Amino acid sequence: MTQKLIVIGAGMATGRMLETLGEEAPDAFDITLFNGEPRGNYNRIMLSPVLAGDKTYQEIVTHDDDWYADQGITCRFGERIASIDTCAKTVTAENGDVLSYDKLVLGTGSNPFMIPLPGRDLDGVIAYRDLEDTERMMGLGADNKVVVIGGGLLGLEAAAGMAARGVDVTVVHIMGHLMERQLDEAAGYLLRRALIEKGITVKCGANSKEILGENGKVKALLLDDGTQLPCDLLVMAVGIRPNVALAQSAGLAVGRGIHVDDQMVTCDENILAVGECVEHNGALFGLVAPLYDQAKVAAQTLLGKPAAFVQKELSTKLKVTGCDLFSAGDFAEGEDREDIVFRDPARGVYKRLVIENNALIGAVFYGDTADSNWFFGLIRDKTDITDMRDTLIFGPNAQGATVDPLQAVAALPADAEICGCNGICKGQIVDAIAEGATTLGDVRAVTKASGSCGTCTGLVEQVLAVTLGDDFKIPAAASICGCSDLTHEDVRRLIKSQELKSQDAVWQELGWKTPNGCHVCRPAINYYLLADWPIEYQDDPQSRFVNERNHANIQKDGTYSVVPRMWGGITTANELRAIADAADKYNVPTVKVTGGQRIDLLGVRKEDLPAMWYDLNQAGMVSGHAYSKGLRTVKTCVGKDHCRFGTQDSTGLGIKLEKKLWGSWTPHKFKLGVSGCPRNCAEATCKDVGIICVDSGYEVSVAGAAGMDLRETELLAKVATEDEAIAVTTAYMQLYREHAKYLDRGYKWVAKVGLDWVKEQVVDDLDNRTALVERFELSQSIYRKDPWAEHAAQAEKYQPLADLTLEAAQ
Amino acid sequence: MSWIDVGHIDDIPVRGARLVKTPVGCVALFRTSATDVFAASDKCPHKGGPLSEGIVHGKSVTCPLHNWVFSLETGQAQGADDGQIPTYPLRVENDRLMLDAEAVSARAAA
Repeated sequence: MTQKLIVIGAGMATGRMLETLGEEAPDAFDITLFNGEPRGNYNRIMLSPVLAGDKTYQEIVTHDDDWYADQGITCRFGERIASIDTCAKTVTAENGDVLSYDKLVLGTGSNPFMIPLPGRDLDGVIAYRDLEDTERMMGLGADNKVVVIGGGLLGLEAAAGMAARGVDVTVVHIMGHLMERQLDEAAGYLLRRALIEKGITVKCGANSKEILGENGKVKALLLDDGTQLPCDLLVMAVGIRPNVALAQSAGLAVGRGIHVDDQMVTCDENILAVGECVEHNGALFGLVAPLYDQAKVAAQTLLGKPAAFVQKELSTKLKVTGCDLFSAGDFAEGEDREDIVFRDPARGVYKRLVIENNALIGAVFYGDTADSNWFFGLIRDKTDITDMRDTLIFGPNAQGATVDPLQAVAALPADAEICGCNGICKGQIVDAIAEGATTLGDVRAVTKASGSCGTCTGLVEQVLAVTLGDDFKIPAAASICGCSDLTHEDVRRLIKSQELKSQDAVWQELGWKTPNGCHVCRPAINYYLLADWPIEYQDDPQSRFVNERNHANIQKDGTYSVVPRMWGGITTANELRAIADAADKYNVPTVKVTGGQRIDLLGVRKEDLPAMWYDLNQAGMVSGHAYSKGLRTVKTCVGKDHCRFGTQDSTGLGIKLEKKLWGSWTPHKFKLGVSGCPRNCAEATCKDVGIICVDSGYEVSVAGAAGMDLRETELLAKVATEDEAIAVTTAYMQLYREHAKYLDRGYKWVAKVGLDWVKEQVVDDLDNRTALVERFELSQSIYRKDPWAEHAAQAEKYQPLADLTLEAAQ
Repeated sequence: MSWIDVGHIDDIPVRGARLVKTPVGCVALFRTSATDVFAASDKCPHKGGPLSEGIVHGKSVTCPLHNWVFSLETGQAQGADDGQIPTYPLRVENDRLMLDAEAVSARAAA
């Protein structure tokens, strides 16, 4: 006798199960199919192409009315099931109908997760789940603004689809990079860049605070940093939750999803479950491949045949035109795991393989996914890759071939492009060499090859080596460190010319050989980025040397020294009292007067720093930055207010300079001195900038030093007014900030570029001086602030995370 | 092993470190990426520098005092320097940092 089968949910999993039943045993069951949506099974994962306008809804329908009729399935679409009685083996529909079943299959799918933000009930706040949501988005056009919360697969497909319709889209993502579950930071960076090129605004590391509305309709999204993002529609695509409500009320075993065994049977032997609503061995399922596997197993189980569902490795591809990315397996770093990384900045390609125990266990590709199936096969089959490890990253075609870079260059045809920026082929370079070019500089001068972005420099050198043979030695250029072949100067130039505004951008576009630099290059890159892009780039404490991260100088015993700022070396009785109180309160063993006219409290424990800063803040004092590659002190003499020789108010000028320049970061430390007369009591002429006051005005001299090298300053300009002295000093400092190599003191930098060039920039060219001062002020709008006040508020970060010495005393 | 909860993974900044006081001395917990953490002695064998204040790069840390570099996986000094720091079992469970209390107990120190 025919058994009664009731299926709840007409989604992709139950659809595939019904197909299998229809093929193998068309008459085994009398089937009734319920679906909450007023339609049958369609290919939900193709909603993105529908949204983008690449397909129509009709094209993505999997089962139409005719199909259901042919299969003899009774369809009750637009109807939900209110309850299940597992003892009586009946279901009750919303309209009160009671139907009995022999077998019941749950395919209730999942619900979009809605973040419980204030305002989530406003009109115009939607998920991205079904055709209704898609149609709502398709109704928008060039006059509309949309915010998408969620930078995962679904959110980005929604964003790209709407952007293709001309909508102004902003993606807000809470994590530091996009698709963090599928991609690492580097691939996330490339994806972000591609989306920005499509006109999408991407905000990572952004916390949503509240959805703002007007007359019950969404108006804007408020972030917790106070930013308001206006929008006509807000799409939440932050994840899905299995829909287990019905199963739960029926008394079935439910965890995060409906528990099923390998046969897809729930804890009730007559009830099966498939799709996104199930939990199998602790795992949930959102991608289509395992759902189809489950559907086939469920069909076999219903037919009484043996079958078991096995979880497999999964891979992901994003369905956004122009963004080729692929990720599979496990690509987290870990012990016993090795990375192979390949970057091709010119083509925007990034590939990373993760290897464990001589097998490939994970892969992330961006920009070139042609061989992804081959790599996925290696992951799935756990192939031993020992023999092809060296050439693995080049894919299946490289296996068996020897890879010697020089041989590879020698084998290139004459019309192979070497320099993409200038369109220079190997043949042109060889011709230039035949005509007498023998160095990289010669080739660059004659052909322009490697003269623009510079990333092909190594390739040009290899062409020289191949062509000239032993006559050419590839020069060991003083690269920034082992992570890159580029020099500091190259890197600075490329950060400006290619507008690289994040560390990930530098690592990728400049072909860094390590995942995130090292202790040598990362502080330099952090400085270059914040100096060139003060607004766009956010300073990274983890790329700073301990002193600049903790805002105090570490001593050899691990304690710190604390130096409060004393503007121009002027202090007051109250400040001195507060310093004395702090020294007592925190048991400071040594109090020292420094060469820069400040007071140094030495031997402070890290845990005490925030409290001490708070106390000093209360007395009106801020950080003296005695630890920074930045503005240190302005040393002054007492000037004409007190001194019988003083010609100008040197103390006043010193205070003005220090108030303008403090907080700014420089390639190396930066010290100033202002003396009131040529007797030079402030010792200004061995500072980075020394100003000597004379009757007729101010002599601004630069590039002095009194450290490993002893240098007297050289005169930059003589000016008549205090304002000019401040402008020239500021412009000089900004020029140094923009051009010098990290850890070059001012005198070393001036020796390289020449004082004449510096004079042209800041003295002769008044427009340029003004522009330099403006750029300095722009940077200071971010950095002229007291780090102590900020850090005193985060005191817990200066304490140990846990103390196990107390608990262990047993 | 006996795992003890010492904090949330987000208490440690990515490419940063935090300190835990234990019977075997200060142990530094390093976070090398969004998901990867390591535990090792805080004390550089060279001049006792606090490794938790060093710059974390790849799966290594550089001592802030004299730039010795240690692998966080093996504890081995890298490059020309010769030395080793003890490492301790640390894992992440539901975003909590679980340190092996036995490995850092007074008995382990004895």
